[in-house]
Amino acid sequence: MYTQALNQKEAAAPATASEDAEAVARFEARVAAEDKIEPNDWMPEAYRRTLIRQISQHAHSEIIGMQPEGNWVTRAPSLRRKAALLAKVQDEGGHGLYLYAAAETLGVSREELSEQLLSGKAKYSSIFNYPTLTWADIGAIGWLVDGAAIMNQIPLCRTSYGPYARAMVRVCKEESFHQRQGYEIMLTLSRGTPEQKAMAQDALDRWWWPSLMMFGPPDGASQHTDTSMRWKIKRFTNDEIRQQFVDATVPQGHFLGLSFPDPALRLNEETGHWEFGVIDWSEFKAVLAGNGPCNRQRLRTRRQAHEGGAWVREAALAHAAKRRARKAAAPKLAAE
Amino acid sequence: MTSILVARDAPPLLLHTLRLADTALVLGHRLSEWTGQAPMLEEELALANVALDLIGQARSLYAYAAELEGKGRTEDDLAYLRDAPEYRNLLIAEQPNGDFARTVLRQLLVSAFMLPYWHALTASRDETLAAVAAKAEKEVAYHLRHAGEWVIRLGDGTDESRSRMEDALDELWPFTGEMFETDESDRALIAGGFAPDPAALRPEWDATVARVFAEATLPVPQAGTWMQSGGRRGVHGEHLGHMLATMQHLPRAYPGAAW
Ligand SMILES: [Fe+2]
Ligand SMILES: [Fe+2]
Repeated sequence: MYTQALNQKEAAAPATASEDAEAVARFEARVAAEDKIEPNDWMPEAYRRTLIRQISQHAHSEIIGMQPEGNWVTRAPSLRRKAALLAKVQDEGGHGLYLYAAAETLGVSREELSEQLLSGKAKYSSIFNYPTLTWADIGAIGWLVDGAAIMNQIPLCRTSYGPYARAMVRVCKEESFHQRQGYEIMLTLSRGTPEQKAMAQDALDRWWWPSLMMFGPPDGASQHTDTSMRWKIKRFTNDEIRQQFVDATVPQGHFLGLSFPDPALRLNEETGHWEFGVIDWSEFKAVLAGNGPCNRQRLRTRRQAHEGGAWVREAALAHAAKRRARKAAAPKLAAE
Repeated sequence: MTSILVARDAPPLLLHTLRLADTALVLGHRLSEWTGQAPMLEEELALANVALDLIGQARSLYAYAAELEGKGRTEDDLAYLRDAPEYRNLLIAEQPNGDFARTVLRQLLVSAFMLPYWHALTASRDETLAAVAAKAEKEVAYHLRHAGEWVIRLGDGTDESRSRMEDALDELWPFTGEMFETDESDRALIAGGFAPDPAALRPEWDATVARVFAEATLPVPQAGTWMQSGGRRGVHGEHLGHMLATMQHLPRAYPGAAW
């Protein structure tokens, strides 16, 4: 999941005055009892808005995330890798599609959401504002970025909103496949020539800290956590999931024979957790504010694709309208 | 590794297999260039599907070509370590994507040929080719339907889409003749029952194109258009070299590395 920015601003509003307290109480009780909320069920406006923002942000991230990896599709170094990468990028597009569909069940249109992305109003995960500079970045993204996404998303398979939870089940299956595939690229490189190993190390050096930032600000600074936890839109705090990720990932990196760009990284024998250094939140804020290496490029590319395809979408609509008109004009023929 | 030229007198079956593989890979690669650029998300997925089918076909065919060649080369050696003059793809496959109109028209023109071609090849005396053909035939049936629907939408859509489709037709039509060509090597395979005669597939191709163009309200170009040729002999346009430079960059830059 890529909803790190969610925690940044706009604390979820309390139930609006017009909402009847009894309905809110019933809703809260259902959520507490692990009942799934479905599209036609009553829900507090703030719950709806929070979900729309979180799901659409996740969808936008899938779509923008196609760019850094798409950057290597034409240069994948073997036919097997080429097919696997193309299929992966295609999966991410598919994730975007069914997340938009889940958001639509909450009463927004895909067009509206896409407009928010193109205008720069909506956020997407900052991780995709970093460039993919070598082939090893494709390995590192699969291993770390998809890996981090899984950590975030597995709890969401049990999230309180039914359509979102079901979308996540499907997404998680594919993300774990991506993660294994990415790790396998890293393994091949780190067992390869010295140049390949250096490539893998360089990718880990560049992607490690941004991956840790994917889980969002530290718990103390996150404003949404309480309400979102109670509503079971979120199930663990940012710091809890970040720690899970570090604990799972560090031994995998060591198995590759690579080192992490964090001198403070050490295993605490007592807790069994890997302790890590201080995250540079000023970098996180800068990228979130639009100043990452690729923010402008990513949005420009998306806008160009959207604007460049306008005539195609218009033609499809025009043709459909002509067909309907022809059918209406010749009902007998159409019926035959 | 130094690349080994496919000799002009390559055995017919090897040459034939390479020609099919190269056309599939080059066209699949072209489609993969659309990643992140498609006019809508659904098409992002659809173009990737077609590209994946074609790359998959190429892999099976390269593996077989490597086996026929018997020099220990792999599918990746054949794809990544041959230069443009060693490629034997149809010229139409290497034509740049252009706009979406040109991409879907190119796909239609090729798929309308490949569908009957694969179908006929399922009867080949060569069992490996027949098996590849059986799988490819199913895939291409979808490619043809998908591309045909778009040619119809764009031809019959707006003034702009129609004019783009007309430009695409003007650009691509001269590359359609090559699909039906045969040389001595082909004729040996045809006579032996290993490959179909492409000229015999012409009526079906004509009929498919005519049917789609009629619905798209596009004119079928007059017979007698000058036809380009050469890809199957290794004489390509300028675009292929650039495509291969991108595609082959890593294996060329790190010789001998495994990925
Ligand atoms: Fe995804
Ligand atoms: Fe993924």
